[in-house]
Amino acid sequence: MNQTKGKTIPMPVRYLINTVLIALLVFGSTAYVNGGGVSGYVTKVLMVIGINIILAVSLNVATGYLGQLPLGHAGFMAVGAYTGGIFLKAVNAAEASGAQYLLMVAAALLLSGLVAAVFGIVIGIPALRLRGDYLAIITLGFGEIIRVVLTNIDEVLGFKLTYGASGLKRIPKITSYGNVLVCVVLTCLVIHLVMKSRHGRAILAIRENEIAAESCGVRTTYYKVMAFTLSAFFAGVAGCLYAGYLGSLQPTTFGFMKSIEILVMVVLGGMGSMLGSILSAITLTALPEVLRAFEDYRMVAYSLVLVLVMIFKPTGLMGQYDFSMSRILERVWGFFDRSKRKEG
Amino acid sequence: MAKSKEKLVPVEGGVIPERDAGTPPVLEARHLGIDFGGLTAVDDFNFIIGRTEIGGLIGPNGAGKTTIFNLLTNVYQPTRGKILVGGVDTRGKKTYEVNRMGIARTFQNIRLFKALPVLDNVLIGMQGQMQYRLAGAVLRLPSYWKQEKAAREKALELLSIFGMESLAYTPAGSLPYGAQRRLEIVRALATGPKVLLLDEPAAGMNPSETAELMENIRKIRDTFQIAVVLIEHDMNLVMGICEGIAVLNYGQIIAKGTPEEIRNNPQVIEAYLGRKGGAAGC
Repeated sequence: MNQTKGKTIPMPVRYLINTVLIALLVFGSTAYVNGGGVSGYVTKVLMVIGINIILAVSLNVATGYLGQLPLGHAGFMAVGAYTGGIFLKAVNAAEASGAQYLLMVAAALLLSGLVAAVFGIVIGIPALRLRGDYLAIITLGFGEIIRVVLTNIDEVLGFKLTYGASGLKRIPKITSYGNVLVCVVLTCLVIHLVMKSRHGRAILAIRENEIAAESCGVRTTYYKVMAFTLSAFFAGVAGCLYAGYLGSLQPTTFGFMKSIEILVMVVLGGMGSMLGSILSAITLTALPEVLRAFEDYRMVAYSLVLVLVMIFKPTGLMGQYDFSMSRILERVWGFFDRSKRKEG
Repeated sequence: MAKSKEKLVPVEGGVIPERDAGTPPVLEARHLGIDFGGLTAVDDFNFIIGRTEIGGLIGPNGAGKTTIFNLLTNVYQPTRGKILVGGVDTRGKKTYEVNRMGIARTFQNIRLFKALPVLDNVLIGMQGQMQYRLAGAVLRLPSYWKQEKAAREKALELLSIFGMESLAYTPAGSLPYGAQRRLEIVRALATGPKVLLLDEPAAGMNPSETAELMENIRKIRDTFQIAVVLIEHDMNLVMGICEGIAVLNYGQIIAKGTPEEIRNNPQVIEAYLGRKGGAAGC
């Protein structure tokens, strides 16, 4: 089985190494940020980066892995954001503390994800009968419907919930660097674990050749809806974090341009590469901030980066390459092994 | 080689090799027909395959052979007639359900999962045999490890039929043409079929590759005890391994029988060579 050169690291050790590294990253950087290592402004940028990573990585499931082109990702984000916002207001998360507070935050995130996932199923079943540009248009329509509904409805059955065009305000600000990072890690982990299983293989098979997948016994409709729902779930989680970050929500935030912004991150990073999505989410969020000094030109630079990448690397920065810590360790290991043998 | 001289015996609905006569036929098509708009692509197609028969489907280009494969796998829904797999009607079933009932196929124009490694191509074929749920995958429960390990071993074993286990981690799209055709057969086998439908398996292969393929098809039939139906234009292959052959022209069966009978059938010769061509066997 060992076709790769040199040693392969056994499974349990791989998991151990990865767990330790992730734990170090989470605790180390959270302690650093919370300890005042960076300014409040940088912390805020980091939180936005985290939210964008979740959005890009989740959209990548539908575009990169499933191979469809949905344009309504901001719609799912809006559903998650409003669900999270209303829930947090309702349970008065701002006044809770300790374990109760943590529980509320976790419940809000989960609930936002689930409600968005339900929307994913409801939209996915009819939409995924179409493909290509038709799917793009129907999902675009869905995103717009969400936005318009949120703008025009301010009360449901007499309860003031979404406050329509004036926006949902005074949402408890639950989002911190720590919980954004945990969500990012969990999102990437869950998507990775799904993709490296029979379910993930089925999703990839649909992207590669739908007819062949179907005649290999893959339930194509089921897996399309599953991938779409998974994508919607994490968009909902990101939405909830966004609500807890801003503290107020405007329906106009979740327009068509937001969907495109997320799609650009995925395409720039390379469709089908999680690492690519993460890197381009970081780049495209940080770039406008870094370029703040050149106020007038920053959007020009942003666009220029996109144009240049698409000209010189049309498959995106990473293509379909995915990151594997073990692979790198194995290579380093193999290198040392060889140099040792040469000496001896 | 001796086995290909099996006698065909009549059963209800057609003829099957003598050794399969005791068991019910695995695949049966009755009065099958499909119209595309005003065009009748296949009409009154009757056909029966024994449990371990190697059957052939031949005919000139455009005769409707691939359409029949598409009907058998429910890619198209038939306008008339019905298909029985192991005695069960497949009407209204989805393609993947038909696959799980035991029909696997390869494609005339290769349809592999090109960007994925060879091994994953085979593992996708085993989709129906793995049971673990989404939660099992995310939490990496023991069911995940056990089934993945078993599937991986079985996939490598299947690949070794064609000596391809060393290519397991190569992207399928970068394999040479012949190997891609073989991989399609392995992938189809991985679904655990009762009937293997091969659509022009020898297309583009040289004579020695074709001879090897012939041996392999026979080997597959013997080891897995399954039926094989193949569409092929290479008459050496068809006459060499098929026990029963059906000849199709303009969507209708014009002859059925053993290779010898087909070879000498005047109607077949006419369909292939035209009138007045008589003497040359095909």
